[in-house]
Amino acid sequence: MTQTSGSTAPSPGIARFLGLPAGARLGIVPVLAAILLAVIVLATIFASLLAPHDPLALSPLNRLKPPSAAFPLGTDAFGRDLLSRVLYGGQISLMIGLGAAAISVSIGLAIGLVAGFFRFADMVIMRVMDAFMAIPAVLLAVALVAIHGASVFSVIVAITFSEIPRVVRLVRSIVLSAREEPYVEAAIALGTRMPVILWRHLMPNTLAPLIVQATYICASAILIEAILSFLGLGIGTETPSWGNIMAEGRTYFLLKPSLIFWPGLLLSLCVLSINILGDTARDLLDPRMRKREV
Amino acid sequence: MSIRFKTASFEQAQDVLCIDKLSIELSTTEGARNVLDEVSLQIRRGETACLVGESGSGKSLTSLAVMGLLPAGVLKVTSGSIRLGDTDLLTRSKRELQAMRGSRMSMIFQEPMTALNPVMRVGDQILEVLKSHGGLSRGDMRRRVFAIMEQVHLPDVERVYRAFPHQLSGGQRQRIMIAMALILEPALLIADEPTTALDVTTQKQILSLISELQRQHGTAVLFITHDMGVVSEIADTVHVMRQGRIVETAPAAQLFESPRHDYTQALLRAVPSLQPRAPRPAEPRAPVLDVASLGKTYSSGGFLRKQSEKRAADAVTFQLRPGRTLGIVGESGSGKSTVARCVMRLIDPSDGSIRLGDTDITHLPPRQLRARREKIQIVFQDPYRSLNPRRKISSSLIEGPMNFGMSKDQALANATRLLEIVGLSADALDCYPHQFSGGQRQRIAIARAVAMEPDVIVADEAVSALDVSVQDQVLKLLETLQRDLGIAILFITHDLRVAAQICDDVIVMQHGRVVEHGTAQDVLVAPSHAYTRALIEAAPGRGWDFAACREISLTGAHA
Repeated sequence: MTQTSGSTAPSPGIARFLGLPAGARLGIVPVLAAILLAVIVLATIFASLLAPHDPLALSPLNRLKPPSAAFPLGTDAFGRDLLSRVLYGGQISLMIGLGAAAISVSIGLAIGLVAGFFRFADMVIMRVMDAFMAIPAVLLAVALVAIHGASVFSVIVAITFSEIPRVVRLVRSIVLSAREEPYVEAAIALGTRMPVILWRHLMPNTLAPLIVQATYICASAILIEAILSFLGLGIGTETPSWGNIMAEGRTYFLLKPSLIFWPGLLLSLCVLSINILGDTARDLLDPRMRKREV
Repeated sequence: MSIRFKTASFEQAQDVLCIDKLSIELSTTEGARNVLDEVSLQIRRGETACLVGESGSGKSLTSLAVMGLLPAGVLKVTSGSIRLGDTDLLTRSKRELQAMRGSRMSMIFQEPMTALNPVMRVGDQILEVLKSHGGLSRGDMRRRVFAIMEQVHLPDVERVYRAFPHQLSGGQRQRIMIAMALILEPALLIADEPTTALDVTTQKQILSLISELQRQHGTAVLFITHDMGVVSEIADTVHVMRQGRIVETAPAAQLFESPRHDYTQALLRAVPSLQPRAPRPAEPRAPVLDVASLGKTYSSGGFLRKQSEKRAADAVTFQLRPGRTLGIVGESGSGKSTVARCVMRLIDPSDGSIRLGDTDITHLPPRQLRARREKIQIVFQDPYRSLNPRRKISSSLIEGPMNFGMSKDQALANATRLLEIVGLSADALDCYPHQFSGGQRQRIAIARAVAMEPDVIVADEAVSALDVSVQDQVLKLLETLQRDLGIAILFITHDLRVAAQICDDVIVMQHGRVVEHGTAQDVLVAPSHAYTRALIEAAPGRGWDFAACREISLTGAHA
């Protein structure tokens, strides 16, 4: 961690709960990443207020226009406003990112706690997880789209399925070491019930690494959605997402590269800042940094 | 056998290490604080200087400063000087210090397993020291490695040379460390608690090895320890440290016979005596804990692999009566903790039976077992890990009683009262474990156990991680609680001194079996088994009564 003049300290309560060292400081880069991400998220949430046009409104007279006052980023092949489409498209991309992260982390946490604590469940669960891991996310998505049609739901399910085993492995490994801690054995001796021990004494140990993992899942989900849409397997073109805006723009790439450039730029910045925040969280929560606490 | 302090004179010997008014500052967010305050000491050729003090007294810091290993940025030398021979160490560059480490000064640490590289053959690790310092041929280097390995009395050096650290015992690993430290014949050897992690019998061998090599090479030894017994065995000169200062420096005999400083006296008074406590009248009531031919077998391997079995406990039988303390002593791997964990049903015994009060809990299913858990509680060794770091003290203390249906208000009131009993104020309820010292945390852990109003407390090495003065207080607390509440204590320890102070009866375990069982008086004063005798003989400083500053004439003379 660099100590710069623009550094900020996380609030003591949160820091304590996550087991952060007292006085841990953030550098300027993570702060910038957080601000950038906040701006992108807010802009997409309030797309209906910010967008100058309806993202779906066709305007044959304004096809492939360069940027102007009326169309700040220009228009696409159907005369739709690119800025409006990118803002609305962010809604879908971010929803998939956050949705996939939230669902896979919560399901993975529950399964991982059980697998880590109960030896007999461990064998069965981990073999199933190994099987899940053998299926590539993109392949699974292709299959799901073939069965259910392209939808946000299919995409989230496909991503979630491939991420759950990773979360389970992470949680399980933490629980395996934490359950040997004397305070867990003390809780057993105090007659605390197993579900309570899992929730009260073991689950908090997994939170910090899970937060880090969640940022990576979120970033990779946004990318996978873009890949799927780009391949034409994602969400239908009637709903703009960063991926399918780029997929459509591909046809006119030589004519008008900005159709790919803008959604691509936002996508990259978004994934980059999420990854930076994840790295920062990992550094802060590193046990080697925690040891320095006196 | 009477104790003999070393009495060699070093008036004529030349100074090897000379620390003069060394001060070290710790810079924290709250500002700078002196952690070492004008520390001065000399060590001469062939002398063993012991640096004693409790945790946080600055003894390890002093040694790290000498080695030039202070963590940069956080700790800073503000004044003073350190001279090794004619060299002023504080003015040397990192590279120069690097070259001096190993050749002119070297260090051995407490835990040889972590100090050695786990993926490198130990012989090659010793060879590495030679490689980085001398221009010897490979054959010569190997011969020197074998020579030093023989000097530290390693068996079958050809085989040990090729072994990895995990294949050796703790004592052998420490011998390797010593070989590495001494192969270049440095003038100064710093030993930072080198025997603390070892069993007493191994400790005795390592201590005599260090003295033997010291005589051969004339090395000056700076020996850091918290154990007064060890000090009495090896020290020529003793420096007592407290809060970053040296409060007393004296030749060993003088320090033990007539300690001058109050703190030294307090430190010596806190050393538990090997003389067992006065026996209490026999307890007529029925046992609260009745363990009969308890056994535990660990098996490894399994599916498609060869099964290997290890008998961790075998035919262990004892009874514990209300208000009494039964000690289980033994070295690491003797199975004493296995017995404790079986009794707590944290692990399931393989055979035998455990009766708690009038219930046989050996194979009790989880639900019924949970209902019986309030009758038996455990206090662990490491106070830093036995409390959940994320939960307030109040939550830890009320967890148990609330499991058994007590209301939150009542449990909190109860917890407040208990904290006072264990000597902490009610403010502690709103604090987190990291805000307390090790001793205070151990008190909280004891309060948590007592909150359940158990019949039996299992204390698994409960005072082993504590400084002697704190150890003394915690033992007194356990005794008071036992007297007032009539709790029976199953006391697991490797420390015969502690066992002598608190136990009515003692079981000695070796390799999972009970080798001797009797009253503390019988076992510790007139042991019948050879292993018990070996344990007692290995206890450092056993011929000296530290509190009374005089020799002990051992009754029941077997020695």
